[in-house]
Amino acid sequence: MFKFDKLVFGDAGWGDEFLIATLMTLLVSILSMGLGLFLAIITVWAKIIQNRITRFIANFYTTVIRGVPELLVIYLIFFGGNAVVMSIAKVFGYNKYIELNALTIATIAIAVISATYSSEVLRASYLAISKGQIEAARALGMNKFSIFFKVISPQVIRHALPGIGNVWQITLKDTSLISVTGLVEIMRQSRISSNVEHSPLTFLITAAILYLCLTTISGRVFKTLEVNYSKGFST
Amino acid sequence: MIEFLNSIQNSLIYKNFFLVLSGLDNTILLLLISLPLGFVLALLFALGRVSKITLLSRTIASYIFVIRGTPLLVQIYLIYFGLGSVKFIRESFLWYALKEPFWCGVIALTINTVAYGAEIFRGGIQSIEKSQVESGLSLGFGKFLLLRKIILPIAIRKVLPSYGNELILMVKATSLVSLTTYMEMTGIARKIMAKTFAPVEAFIAAGILYLFLNFLMVQFVKYLEWKYNPHLRLNN
Repeated sequence: MFKFDKLVFGDAGWGDEFLIATLMTLLVSILSMGLGLFLAIITVWAKIIQNRITRFIANFYTTVIRGVPELLVIYLIFFGGNAVVMSIAKVFGYNKYIELNALTIATIAIAVISATYSSEVLRASYLAISKGQIEAARALGMNKFSIFFKVISPQVIRHALPGIGNVWQITLKDTSLISVTGLVEIMRQSRISSNVEHSPLTFLITAAILYLCLTTISGRVFKTLEVNYSKGFST
Repeated sequence: MIEFLNSIQNSLIYKNFFLVLSGLDNTILLLLISLPLGFVLALLFALGRVSKITLLSRTIASYIFVIRGTPLLVQIYLIYFGLGSVKFIRESFLWYALKEPFWCGVIALTINTVAYGAEIFRGGIQSIEKSQVESGLSLGFGKFLLLRKIILPIAIRKVLPSYGNELILMVKATSLVSLTTYMEMTGIARKIMAKTFAPVEAFIAAGILYLFLNFLMVQFVKYLEWKYNPHLRLNN
């Protein structure tokens, strides 16, 4: 039933393939988490400046993406992404066929999803900073950049870390959906291996264990970070 | 004006909309079975999780840990492809359910939502003030009556917002069942895409329907919150 001998490293088993696939999952997660945080910061900025148009766009983006299944977003970006990029390139006078590679599409798709969750977390932690702090910084003569980097960011990071940890877990698990685009990460690898070896149970359980390890270890890492960032706050 | 209406009717997105709509009943069927079942089981699991029987509590805790630590897609594949490959399951009565992608989807979604729901309800049960339980005990309530009249109603209404989130996640999760060849909305949109090579139109039609479904779910949860929190209503 469970074929352990198929999981050895080397040519006889799929161990090394799974190791590479795990690294690919981690790579996609980290890249899309980073890009997602960047997008989330822009979204939060669009929501908190007093501008009706940017706020509407940002709200529309978060509501729609969070109300639509992740799989649909991935399909849309995977199948529709090339057409969009090509039409943009046409504006700049480039008429040849462009194909984005799977990793780029995967990263963008997952980042677009994860940014909606991150933006809610970041917005809540931004609003948790009392206004007096920003006023005090202004009274000290700090300019906008210093206020952002020395007053706002450190506190937002501390407030947001537990929430960002949750988003990370969601992002990590969402990367499994990327398997539909053909990028070889854990899920895709387990499907390939089970098709070759006719033993789906072995490789799917392997995939489950690998995901469990990734989520557990990263959960520990975020716990440590939280402790680190809330030094001096004995709560 | 009439020309404009005609152009809408001839547009691909309009035609796709009704094609995708034919998959709505399959999506709703998945939800209609897995959500109520998941709710009841989640309550039972939450009670087991907070019970003083260590073995039961530990078992449920590890179940929740495993399910929440793995993607739903792995669980669906494990049930659909994995269990089907085991010989003694193929020969047992379970095979009648497991050979259908629909029942595999229902089982996987239920297993998934029970883990998340149990954790949510556990939070609700543990946040009940001790004084309320004590006042129930002082009135001579038995264990079952205490549960039915005090603990569960308060716990459930406290966690309604977060359970509502879980319900919306479940609506979105049904799209994954399409990967086991079950033809619900995402599956149909995928098929249209393969036929017409117009991905954007097909998936936007499906996206609108999912948004609508989630909108209904949000309204339903809002209504429940309004109904079960009479003390929080602004004007009676």
